Amino acid sequence: MDMFIKQRIKAIKKGDQSAFADIVEMYKDKIYQLCYRMLGNRHEAEDAAQEAFIRAYVNIHTYDPTMKFSSWLYRIATNLSIDRIRKKKPDVYLDAEVSGTDGLTLYSQLADESASPEDALESLELQQMVQEAILKLPEKYRTVIVLKYIDELSLQEISDILNLPIGTVKTRIHRGREALRKHLGHL
Amino acid sequence: MPCSEKIVQWMHNYLDGDIQKEEEQQLRSHIQQCEACREHFYELKKTAAFVENVSHFIPSDDFVKKVMYNLPREKRRVRWKRWFTHHPFLTAASLFILLSTSSLWAVWQEDNEFSFSKQEHLIVQNHTVIVPEGKVVEGDIVVRNGNIKIEGEVHGNVTVINGHKYLASAGEVTGQIEEVNEVFDWIWYNVKRVGYNIAKTLTK
Ligand SMILES: [Zn+2]
Repeated sequence: MDMFIKQRIKAIKKGDQSAFADIVEMYKDKIYQLCYRMLGNRHEAEDAAQEAFIRAYVNIHTYDPTMKFSSWLYRIATNLSIDRIRKKKPDVYLDAEVSGTDGLTLYSQLADESASPEDALESLELQQMVQEAILKLPEKYRTVIVLKYIDELSLQEISDILNLPIGTVKTRIHRGREALRKHLGHL
Repeated sequence: MPCSEKIVQWMHNYLDGDIQKEEEQQLRSHIQQCEACREHFYELKKTAAFVENVSHFIPSDDFVKKVMYNLPREKRRVRWKRWFTHHPFLTAASLFILLSTSSLWAVWQEDNEFSFSKQEHLIVQNHTVIVPEGKVVEGDIVVRNGNIKIEGEVHGNVTVINGHKYLASAGEVTGQIEEVNEVFDWIWYNVKRVGYNIAKTLTK
């Protein structure tokens, strides 16, 4: 493991809070990204990401150094996001909006004739459609897809984070990708 | 529809970078001659590219600050310990003065009145002292038996005794910000205060 992180963790365990600030600084973007893709709402993602770091701090003594530190953080953030998804009503996302899209929903955009995939990706609408498609995935598929694509994590890392056999991770990625294809493949 | 489960499985394995050379060759040659599978594979690749390239959002600018302010306070004992060991004389002297002049516990118990340092710009609502947005308070603020909400700036230390602090995202405190809510905190606060005064007297 990275020496820098090792030293920071040691300092945190001794009660040095400022050492934890370095950890937050290093991983905040990735953790926020994970929460955002899982929850689909910037405000809630910010909240969940902060809670994830606070939990990590409180539970730093349970961190097992044989695991990658980032994997441990991802595990905390993933579990927290899943908890939050479960507390919600399942239909809450049907008309979910991504900030900055002026109230366009997936349904209104589906009606639009879309541009070529290359330009389309630059458009906000497509960004939103991708996020909508991710949010439509059941949580077990959503989790693996998000982990795979936010940080190009390997199958082994995802299996470590979720504490699942690699075969299960593969199957879930495949099913998740098929489900996404149904929403995005025709664009 | 693609013609077999096996072919679809290979497509996914390919996308995961988890395919045998031989299978990859078979997949390629099949796709060249089968339009349905070619189409399916194209859609999967496109889907993967979309998800991979979806733009990344970043958290708020004060994300780290907010996490740090919300860390639990129990670790502060470490700080007390450090202070006590670094300032043994001041700790002993302060404790002596505190214990001989008053019963600390009684003071803690009886002192229930809401009070706060009179500084410019402060607004009070239901036992909450507010530092309004856009205002700068020059100097320290101590709030007893009430809360403080900081929306503006404080150039100094903020101490809340028996209450809570709320720091709005626009709020800023240049000095220390502290909550004193337990008798142990209270002793610590007084030891530090008395210790500081002794130190000042000694260095005069
Ligand atoms: Zn075929």
